Amino acid sequence: MKILSVENLSRSFGGIKANNDISFEVTEGTILGVIGPNGAGKSTLFDLITGYTKTDNGKVSFFDKDISGLSPDKISSLGIGRTFQKLKPFADQTLLENVMIGSFVKEDNIKKARDKALEIIDFVDLIEKRHHFARELSTGQRKRLEMARAMAIEPKLLLMDEVTGGVDQKTIPSLVELIKKLKKSGVTIITIEHNINIIMEISDNILALDQGKRIAYGTPKEIQKNEEVIDSYLGTVDAT
Amino acid sequence: MDKLLAAKSEPLWNTDKRIIFLISGLIVLLFALPHFGLNSFYLHLMIMIFMHAVMAQSWNVIAGFSGQISLGHGAFFGIGAYATSFLYVQYGISPWIGIFVGIILSGFAAILIGIPMLRLSGHYFAIATLLIGISFQIIFQRWEWVGAASGVWVPMTSGDSWFALQFHSSKMPYYYIFLVFFIITFFLVWILSRSKLGYRLRAVRDDPQAALSLCINVSNYKIIAYVISAMIMAPMGSLFAQYILIIDPDRVFNIEISIIVLLITVLGGIGNVWGPIVGAAILIPISEYSRIYLGGTGGAVDLILYGLILMLICIFRPEGLISFFPKNILERKKQR
Repeated sequence: MKILSVENLSRSFGGIKANNDISFEVTEGTILGVIGPNGAGKSTLFDLITGYTKTDNGKVSFFDKDISGLSPDKISSLGIGRTFQKLKPFADQTLLENVMIGSFVKEDNIKKARDKALEIIDFVDLIEKRHHFARELSTGQRKRLEMARAMAIEPKLLLMDEVTGGVDQKTIPSLVELIKKLKKSGVTIITIEHNINIIMEISDNILALDQGKRIAYGTPKEIQKNEEVIDSYLGTVDAT
Repeated sequence: MDKLLAAKSEPLWNTDKRIIFLISGLIVLLFALPHFGLNSFYLHLMIMIFMHAVMAQSWNVIAGFSGQISLGHGAFFGIGAYATSFLYVQYGISPWIGIFVGIILSGFAAILIGIPMLRLSGHYFAIATLLIGISFQIIFQRWEWVGAASGVWVPMTSGDSWFALQFHSSKMPYYYIFLVFFIITFFLVWILSRSKLGYRLRAVRDDPQAALSLCINVSNYKIIAYVISAMIMAPMGSLFAQYILIIDPDRVFNIEISIIVLLITVLGGIGNVWGPIVGAAILIPISEYSRIYLGGTGGAVDLILYGLILMLICIFRPEGLISFFPKNILERKKQR
């Protein structure tokens, strides 16, 4: 079943077309990877879907309901969670409090909200850090915090912006496992990734952007063979 | 899994017995204090501490919890003062009812001011509230119906009167009335800080963008905080008016009120329910004593001292005076 459909989405900043006539669909229960060089419009696309940036043109539908033009809090209330490329933890609150703020969306009772937050923190494998302030956590831990916080609103669709970016090599495999675990739990995921090996490994489909335009959409295998993607992003290996 | 179960079995809040003892002990002490032969000056000093602690607590809700720096909070103090005095003088309505009218009027004023103003962020909101505070003073100076610049003079009753909320033989009843408001406010803000609303307000303060991604309507929550804050401020204006019985725009809408609540909260510890109490307990005596020892010429010395302390705090203790207290007692529970 189609969970998200994006039709002819466009947005310009000044003279620059950050997103130019982008269309794609996401099927429930899958992972869509979004790739593209810096400035391709990946984060803008996330901001347009989640309402942080207003669209110039085009339409975003979530379960066939038009959500374009809605405010970010309304969009998240519908069941679209997100993390941020530039991390935005509630720095002066503990990890547990950060996640509780998310779990309050579905749970009014403080004890139940706390317990649910703890389960999610356990899921992202940070239970021992629960009473640490967010500002005391490492980048990798803060990425998990953001994932946990977004999961706490029980999203049907989760948008993750560069989960493995800025994280040391040792931490990456566990983050990848976490994304796979999330998918297994039934959440549909759109993820922006620069690490091409990871994106090929986890994605069911890949959307490739370049200079604000969609240059390819398909399975990882199709994308690997796509000449336009190879030219603009993957690069070619010189056989000599 | 065991770790999860262990975490779930932890108590929700810091149940440190010391904090329960500390609070109950303080309450008993404060109720007993006037019976230790406090003279009129000390009663006055305590009344001023209670009043300013509540006023600062009000400011703490909007600034400390939701992160919006309001520089015009004196407006709500003035609304409270005028509501009780005006209703009593014009219609003979008991100030006790006037207090509630003041609370409701302040709440409405906060909605009307908050809806357009809270769209502004950071400095712009601060500047806008500063101007709002000043404009209240100017409007009341020119508003004949409420006595314009000469204000409202509350006629004195012949003796003590609970109906008219006037006590002439002793300051003791005022002491207890202010104390009760002080305790109620403390517990209200205490509960607020631990409620779902409190969590969401802190989310708005720490990162509004992230709060939006968690279904939090940031503008609405800012307005809710502003309204609660205004409603806490108003009864202090009402009680102050009953305490001095003469109010005028220069006194109850004075910009100094808006500034003093900021100073007390920041010095005591912003965003912490204890901050305003510690701030008021230390700064109000400084202010009162400097006025006594330095007389009329000492009018501004307290402000110079405040300035000096503020500088020292900003440099050495940015978390406020509250940071001198043992963290495990007063702060939220943390474990390493």
